[in-house]
Amino acid sequence: MKLRVGIDIGSTTVKVVVLDQENKLLFRSYERHFSKTRERAAETLRSIQDMLAGQEVHMVITGSAGLGVSKASGIDFVQEVYATAAAVNTFVPGTDAVIELGGEDAKIIFFGGALEERMNGSCAGGTGAFIDQMASLLNVTIGELNELSLRHEKIYPIASRCGVFAKSDIQPILNQGGRKEDIAASIFQAVVDQTVAGLTQGRELKGKIVFLGGPLHFLTGLRQRFVETLKLDEEHAVFPADGDCFAAMGAALCSTDYAPRPFEEYLKLLEESVDATGTLDVMPALFADQKEYDAFLLRHNASHPPQADLAFYQGDAWLGIDAGSTTTKMALIDPQGGILYSYYHSNQGNPVAIVLEQLKEIYKQGGNRVTIKGAAVTGYGEELIKNAFQCDLGLVETMAHYKAAAHFNPNVDFIIDIGGQDMKCFKIRNGAVDSIMLNEACSSGCGSFIETFAKALGYDIAAFSKLGLFSPRPVNLGSRCTVFMNSSVKQAQKDGASVEDISAGLSISIVKNAVYKVIRAANADDLGKHIVVQGGTFLNDAVLRAFEQELGRDVVRPTIAGLMGAFGAALAARDLGLERSSLLSESALQSFSHFAKPATCGLCTNHCSLTVNQFDGGRRFISGNRCSRPLGKEKQELPDLTRYKYQKLRAMEGKGPGSGVRGRIGIPFGLNMYENLPFWYEFFTRLNFEVVLSPESSRKLYLKGQHTIPSDTVCYPAKLLHGHVEALVEMGVDAIWYPCMSYNYDEGIGDNNYNCPVVAYYPELLAANIPLLKETRYLMPYVGLYRHKDFEKRISRLMEEEFSISKKESVAAAEAAYSAYDAYKKDLWAKGQEYIAYAREHSLPILVQAGRPYHIDPEINHGINDLITGQGFVLISEDALSHLEGYEIRKVLNQWTFQSRMYNAARYVCTQPDMQLVQLVSFGCGTDAITADEVRSILEAGGKLYTQLKIDDINNLGAVKIRIRSLMAAMEERSK
Amino acid sequence: MAELVYDKTGRLLFTKEMKKEYTLLIPQMLPDHFAMLVSIFRSEGYKVEMLENTGRPVIDAGQKYVHNDACYPAILVIGQLINAVQAGLYDPHKVALVITQTGGGCRASNYIHLLRKALEKAGLEFVPVISVNLSGLENNPGFKLTVNLIRKVVYALIYGDLILNVANQVRPYELTRGDTDATVDQCMAFLLHDMDNGKGMTFKSMNANFDRIIDAFKAVPVSTEEKVKVGIVGEIYVKYAPLGNNNLADFLLAEGAEPVIPGVIDFIIFKINNREVDVNIYGGKWIKERFCHWLQNYVMKYQHAMIDALKRSNRFRAPGDFNELHSYIKGYLGDGNKMGEGWLLTAEMLELIHTGVPNIVCTQPFGCLPNHIVGKGMIRKIKDDYPWSNIVAIDYDPGATKINQENRIKLMLANARALGKEQKEKEVSAHDRPSPVA
Repeated sequence: MKLRVGIDIGSTTVKVVVLDQENKLLFRSYERHFSKTRERAAETLRSIQDMLAGQEVHMVITGSAGLGVSKASGIDFVQEVYATAAAVNTFVPGTDAVIELGGEDAKIIFFGGALEERMNGSCAGGTGAFIDQMASLLNVTIGELNELSLRHEKIYPIASRCGVFAKSDIQPILNQGGRKEDIAASIFQAVVDQTVAGLTQGRELKGKIVFLGGPLHFLTGLRQRFVETLKLDEEHAVFPADGDCFAAMGAALCSTDYAPRPFEEYLKLLEESVDATGTLDVMPALFADQKEYDAFLLRHNASHPPQADLAFYQGDAWLGIDAGSTTTKMALIDPQGGILYSYYHSNQGNPVAIVLEQLKEIYKQGGNRVTIKGAAVTGYGEELIKNAFQCDLGLVETMAHYKAAAHFNPNVDFIIDIGGQDMKCFKIRNGAVDSIMLNEACSSGCGSFIETFAKALGYDIAAFSKLGLFSPRPVNLGSRCTVFMNSSVKQAQKDGASVEDISAGLSISIVKNAVYKVIRAANADDLGKHIVVQGGTFLNDAVLRAFEQELGRDVVRPTIAGLMGAFGAALAARDLGLERSSLLSESALQSFSHFAKPATCGLCTNHCSLTVNQFDGGRRFISGNRCSRPLGKEKQELPDLTRYKYQKLRAMEGKGPGSGVRGRIGIPFGLNMYENLPFWYEFFTRLNFEVVLSPESSRKLYLKGQHTIPSDTVCYPAKLLHGHVEALVEMGVDAIWYPCMSYNYDEGIGDNNYNCPVVAYYPELLAANIPLLKETRYLMPYVGLYRHKDFEKRISRLMEEEFSISKKESVAAAEAAYSAYDAYKKDLWAKGQEYIAYAREHSLPILVQAGRPYHIDPEINHGINDLITGQGFVLISEDALSHLEGYEIRKVLNQWTFQSRMYNAARYVCTQPDMQLVQLVSFGCGTDAITADEVRSILEAGGKLYTQLKIDDINNLGAVKIRIRSLMAAMEERSK
Repeated sequence: MAELVYDKTGRLLFTKEMKKEYTLLIPQMLPDHFAMLVSIFRSEGYKVEMLENTGRPVIDAGQKYVHNDACYPAILVIGQLINAVQAGLYDPHKVALVITQTGGGCRASNYIHLLRKALEKAGLEFVPVISVNLSGLENNPGFKLTVNLIRKVVYALIYGDLILNVANQVRPYELTRGDTDATVDQCMAFLLHDMDNGKGMTFKSMNANFDRIIDAFKAVPVSTEEKVKVGIVGEIYVKYAPLGNNNLADFLLAEGAEPVIPGVIDFIIFKINNREVDVNIYGGKWIKERFCHWLQNYVMKYQHAMIDALKRSNRFRAPGDFNELHSYIKGYLGDGNKMGEGWLLTAEMLELIHTGVPNIVCTQPFGCLPNHIVGKGMIRKIKDDYPWSNIVAIDYDPGATKINQENRIKLMLANARALGKEQKEKEVSAHDRPSPVA
């Protein structure tokens, strides 16, 4: 038998193996290809010429990037999962499942019975590339990340779906002083959770599991997380010695299906083939020539603050600190705004140390000549830095940026700031911040995005972005998130785009992302006439140019674009007009110490992951909390209708007035049950059932049901249902009641009264995917509550069939249920009015939370309600107000009952001067793509602010807080 | 020039004057079916064009004017319409846009509103939009779906389904490339010619035409080589529209597979059936139920005629009828599951598996709400019941790259070939197909 060669060309690496007759590995290599796939493979083959020269061999290519090479060279191709399965069958017989992680792919192959193979979908980035990104975020090597993870003490919950999500989870933990060891382990855990959640799709991972692929081969910490999570012992967790090369080995095994050829012929094919190129989608160049570029620079460099010099300055000064997500910025200004000292640097995961060092430097350089009269801090790390150094003021980023922009252009009406991780844009209307738009976690084409690509292609960021300036044909990469972008870049390279074209293309894609995804503008006039751009990313001339080109309008970029947050904070500190700053003095800094330690708050069921920061002199700062209880303060209880509702619903279990003799009927506490429970509770207790609710939602409950979720892009509220029904089965109920409902109540305020498809039919999905449900009586009939008489007919038939209950009894129970539901609604409305009256009596602003009924679940909203009342608002839910407005024709088809309520609540809010509305949107909610625009236009037409809070399984409220605080700041400005 | 007239809700109407002056633009979904529809509308006195603009500019226009979280079909359909107007292919003051509205609980019912918002954003708010629906939404004085017109539409869809069916069974095996497409063109030509002359639209002449079509395709010289059959199901737009699914059928052909694409007529019957089921479950007027029942039987009569024609061809595989599809969903989904493609999508997968096509691509727009349930949500159970089934779910959206989609389909194909091999080995030892797990 001839020697067999397998070549696996993945997204980042090339693996080559040679197998002999006995399947013994004669050669193996694993190398990064830096997008030069064909060349890398050819080079490796040449290096083993001695072994293969002059022979006929079998050779096959596999791998996600191997297809193009195969096509171009004419060497046969075998699909990589298929190849891997072949290798496992041969080398590790008796395997039940394979988990393989690659650069960008995650795969699970199930053996035993029928062969099933799964690959990550288009929204699932948490793989090798994700780990690379996370390591660079922490400023450590992959190896160091691994080492760190082994010393972890706790695991933070990090969103496990998409890399970008995880990033925005990790950043705040870092900024608030979380330990790198814990974060490292949490990153690995996120990868594990994602693999398990995204790929098992209802099939349990059990038995003998083989782990393959580079990351699992090299990262012992990642292995540990998998083994612990899947509860595997040594016998059942197999990490083959050549686990990183299995796909290549499988390709070699499959190669005998194809005719052998002389080795030299293969080598020639590979070397001489020209990469297949598709047609590149290109865009106009950023700059025609150097002259155009020079004029551009001249124009922009004109916007700069007054000259100042700390070396000679004598007098008062004010300090601004912008503790951003990836960078820390500081500015010390004189009374005119002249910059005495500035600092802009990556915070390397430890902003406290950086500020300490810089503050010492400022004191040293300023000596006795300079008196700091005030210090303000803004940004993600605001609270930590404020507490660490006793700054006078903390302000929300949007305000800081507005202050800074107004310094350069008092008429500014639109500000866009693109930083390393986040993008903020807002309008200025009548001197107040209005229409704040932040990038949603899924579309963060920000600074670190280019940086990641620059690094992946082997460049530093500055050099990389310069490359794009004069690219004659920037490649169109679309406007999507990083994970998708990886593939777009790969494809562009394959189609012949140069690094220059890609650099320019990436800059343009950042801009497109900002304009069309975040701002969602159709043209320049949507933004404003006086646009100020800022943030470190705009220091990149290619991005700035692309932005101007996209809008067809010149904008202002101050020379200190990267410092604007700090500069604005300094201006705010100056405007405080303090006599004395409380900022730590030079001598106090000498004894400064900082120690951060993780903890879990046990004061309520939220179990917040806290970080306890200890400073010298007993100063403490706790972060990660959602309420003020762990701070030792009693919780400030402002009226909160969502809490009231939640408690009221939660109490609806037990036998009620009935005897409970008919048995225990379980109701999952999720989705539309948040609306229908008062009805079903009354109905079933009247029929002498005992109603058993599933436990309160929690991360743990979610994880319990995670392995049966078939569609990883469905909304989090739906995903939670898996855990709820599993818990009910375990609680030993006699039956579970979860009817399918295409239609909701008809409240007369919409064009139709549908539920969304997910709410309507999720019961059927659960039945098809949760094996445990076979062990119980799971009732999911189709019913509609909106036609009382018809419902009574139908339900009595169903009850007779299922439980032999007489028609009379069922009809009576149904009538009582309608009354109970009615009473519940009326009580809610009355309570809403009571809370509103309370607010007015105490001159408190009122915030209306508009979402779905199930958005009051604390695991779904992550305690947003506490955050809102903690900021001094009285909180009302949309369903307490929607009945106050009647039907009105909308610009969209107003066909879902829950969504109709939001439109009406928004209309009502417009009539009330002391009310504002925030819309809660679950990530992946398809209907809110429609409602969001409509709610916004209702509010804006009524002179109100639109604030959207997007929520997922992400536990961190950083972005939510910015929005709420910006809303408050805007409200304050407006009331001035 | 026609005056712009609005109804009392402020909606721009398509007037009778416009019917004379304006060109109706319709987005492309099923190329052959829609070509016939165009011809029918022309014979009714409308000026109509089916849009054929594709590629990046269409997607860009869609993304620019439609909320990017809206479903991909909305982005494409609206992008195609707006791009056509903006690209100067038509005088914007002399066109009206046509879009369908199913009126169900899915987001798709909102396309028309998203289109209007998009037009406003693009400064094209003077372009009238016509809703084509059977729910009585949005009337226009210049556009009437008469009974006669609806009858013609049904004929066109039936003919389209038959051509789609047989062409897919011939194309992979044709000895001379292009023969099948030429036959499609030839059949379309005579059908359209007939329709223009008011012919081919009686039950009898339809049956004759069926045989004529089948004979034409039978005459195409083909090889006897065996190919893997791959079913395509999914959200209706990405299932059919080459623009929506990155030319999926062509890709499968190039990979040496035979695409099997269930027709559109079942979807029509499904939507009629939903109304009847609604009355049964939730109550309502019996007359509505009876009418829907009658209408369903009327359309099914045509479907049966087509199936019979395929059966008597002694050559082509005939699909199951609507009732057969319906019978498969027992134990999977209730009759009330009607949003989007509803239970029909699951039924199509099961029908394919039962008729020897266990390899299936389930297409959906990224984040498609009904497909969470009826597509991805049912695959697990199908797999449990039919362990040899081989289904891959593919998401489509503006950011999804072709290369990833194709890689996943290749995996399904590799599986299909291995399963095929295994099956053959089994068939040698035992005669029966494996039966489903009870």
